[in-house]
Amino acid sequence: MISELGHFALVLAFGLALIQGIVPFIGALRDDARLQAVAAPAALTQFLLIGLSFAALAHAYIVSDFSVLNVAENSNSALPLLYKVTGVWSNHEGSMLLWVLILALFGALVAAFGNNLPDKLKALVLSVQAWIAAAFLLFILATSNPFLRLDNPPLEGQSLNPVLEDIGLAIHPPLLYLGYVGCSISFAFAIAALIEGRIDAAWARWARPWTLAAWMFLTVGIAMGSYWAYYTLGWGGFWFWDPVENASLMPWLAATALLHSALVMEKRDALKIWTILLAILAFSLSLVGTFLVRSGVLTSVHSFASDPTRGVFILVILCVFIGGAFTLFAWRAGTLAPGGLFAPISREGALVLNNILLSAAAATVIVGTLYPLALETLTGIKISVGAPFFNLTFVPLVVPLLIIVPFGPMLAWKRGDLYAAGQRLMLAFGVTLFVTIVAADIAGVPSVFSIFGVWMALWLVGGALSEIAFRIKLGTAPLGESWRRAVGLPRSAYGTALAHAGLGLTVLGIIVATTWGTESIRAMKPGDTETLSGYDLTLVGFTENHGPAYNETDVHFDVRRGGTLVGTMEPSKRTYTDLQTSTSQAALKTTWLSQLYISIGDIATDGTTTVRSYWKPLVTLTWLGAIVMALGGLMSLSDRRLRVGVPKASRRREQAAGVPVE
Amino acid sequence: MNVRRILAAIALTLALAGAAHAVEPGEMLKDPALEARARALSTELRCMVCQNQSIDDSEAPLAADIRVLLRERLTAGDSDKQVIDYLVSRYGEFILLKPPFNWDTLILWAVPPLVLVAGGLAAFVGYRRRQPAAPKPLNKAEQEALERLLSQGP
Repeated sequence: MISELGHFALVLAFGLALIQGIVPFIGALRDDARLQAVAAPAALTQFLLIGLSFAALAHAYIVSDFSVLNVAENSNSALPLLYKVTGVWSNHEGSMLLWVLILALFGALVAAFGNNLPDKLKALVLSVQAWIAAAFLLFILATSNPFLRLDNPPLEGQSLNPVLEDIGLAIHPPLLYLGYVGCSISFAFAIAALIEGRIDAAWARWARPWTLAAWMFLTVGIAMGSYWAYYTLGWGGFWFWDPVENASLMPWLAATALLHSALVMEKRDALKIWTILLAILAFSLSLVGTFLVRSGVLTSVHSFASDPTRGVFILVILCVFIGGAFTLFAWRAGTLAPGGLFAPISREGALVLNNILLSAAAATVIVGTLYPLALETLTGIKISVGAPFFNLTFVPLVVPLLIIVPFGPMLAWKRGDLYAAGQRLMLAFGVTLFVTIVAADIAGVPSVFSIFGVWMALWLVGGALSEIAFRIKLGTAPLGESWRRAVGLPRSAYGTALAHAGLGLTVLGIIVATTWGTESIRAMKPGDTETLSGYDLTLVGFTENHGPAYNETDVHFDVRRGGTLVGTMEPSKRTYTDLQTSTSQAALKTTWLSQLYISIGDIATDGTTTVRSYWKPLVTLTWLGAIVMALGGLMSLSDRRLRVGVPKASRRREQAAGVPVE
Repeated sequence: MNVRRILAAIALTLALAGAAHAVEPGEMLKDPALEARARALSTELRCMVCQNQSIDDSEAPLAADIRVLLRERLTAGDSDKQVIDYLVSRYGEFILLKPPFNWDTLILWAVPPLVLVAGGLAAFVGYRRRQPAAPKPLNKAEQEALERLLSQGP
């Protein structure tokens, strides 16, 4: 009964989405305030209905109602409660329901907190949101209904799926969806601006926080997926240029570019058309990502062709929204008045360069991901595009981008002085160069590129610190003055510095772990010792455990450094009795920012085991850096000027304090 | 979003219950220099039955076969290029994770530099168009008026 209610709520939500898409839209065209006023309550009710539907499905999972096909196929009564709940979105149908739930959540947030938006813009934004919601609700109802019942319900659901019982995996999809779907808000804002034919700096001020929020979720979501792959897949890699990963990287690159160009639009009223285009592009790439992952086209072009219902449906949604948006753009972009002028050497100029490089990088990922699919569909020729391709194309685009990052915030708006910016960065340049040389002297030089990479990473961090030091006049003004400036500095300035420094930390983690890391692969028996980067790993012995559905063999290692025991590590091998499946659980030992990593292969009857051990120096920075980036976004988001309804009082105070409003 | 990869991983583990990881100690060559070359080459070659994994990372039996084959060729004295050519002749260009540059892959390789150049051009054109037009030179009457004013003195 509850499942039927959930299904019914979903149908109602679809009907309501049609109303929300049409009525406020007509209202906006006719300047009818009463019709426009339909948008907000409709958006809130729609969130309520989809929430109800999601709760119904979650209920079916929690009580293990195996008469629902989706539950019977994807859950088991023996699962811990947490994994029953996360099981809701571990499958296609449930994850699409989560997708529209998040879409409705964002719509409801705009409806509830968008009081400072002009009524017409708000009505149009919510109406565009509703079109997207209607399309995906129809997709779920027509091809992926999670509430289908079984005539003969089984007593027990499918066997436990070992890989899905993982907390990292359980919270990774919702985070990414928050990012993907968050891009729909800036898309809706862009479409609304094109329909209205009016766009100004205020538009960027309204649209930017949503983009920032979406970007934060994407950043953390990608980092989390990367860490999951690192500890699960067992050979210590953390980025594989897999199409599924690229599907999340593409919108991230576009959203990063959008954040920066929207900044120019907000401050200087320039780059309007380009910003609109990026907003459309970021969400289009989110849709492409959804299509790639959900249609099955990645596994094989042929499997897509043999069961095309879902894939073709998403492809149609994709074409209608992306095609429609670009047509509207081509038709209306000319009506947007160009804005402020600027010299090539200026903050705007630096941000334009950032956008060119980011767009080229995004295009590289897009073509590398889609080209093999297109080529095989059109000509039948199969090619592989993997890490070596991206190392040759993506990396050369990103390296110059990383090097110019510290210059951007040091340049003035409108007309900057590159020489003065360089002078302000001299200290950072000298210090990072010195630290790099000392580090190379201590740790050795695997290759010129690795040393250069380390300097580049430190340069990003040093540049971020220099920017704050410059803005609070550290060293050039009395300390008390600097302190006052530090307190008065807008949070968005700290946000920028944190995000740029976080990027540096990520780069540092990647470079150091991949070029200074060591590995050993060998067969070991109890009593054997392997030495890896100064650590002695001794295989002590085995213990057998019996879990709820699996047998587990733990392999014990003593870790010694210079003869003293510094810890133990227990990688294990699990055999799932029902599934005839075995998985290997890697053991990680974190020392400061570095990690020892051991994973094991088969254990022979005489106790000989294949042991792969890795020393990954500074590897945790790869993901910590992403978290710092997201914190930078959060810091910027909490800036007074972006908070709802309080801009006036604050601006007066900031001016009184003599701090330029950044 | 990694559901696809998980499914692939599950399928793989199901198919190869109990299979071990990528490069096995038994496969490795005695000569460290040769083994290093083998590892470097392995990362450039695709395990064709896997989803976007190199033979260095893959635990599929096919990947193991190619790893062994590759090492046999290296031990026999082949150069890196000869080994790659041999494997391509046997398995096709699908095995290369870095596709060769030819007519089929022209667009693939051309897009990154083209977008970069197009972006630069668009920025340049946009900048030039935004420049306020240079003031026109004075016409004859204006020039005479100016000279008259200047010659009047203070």
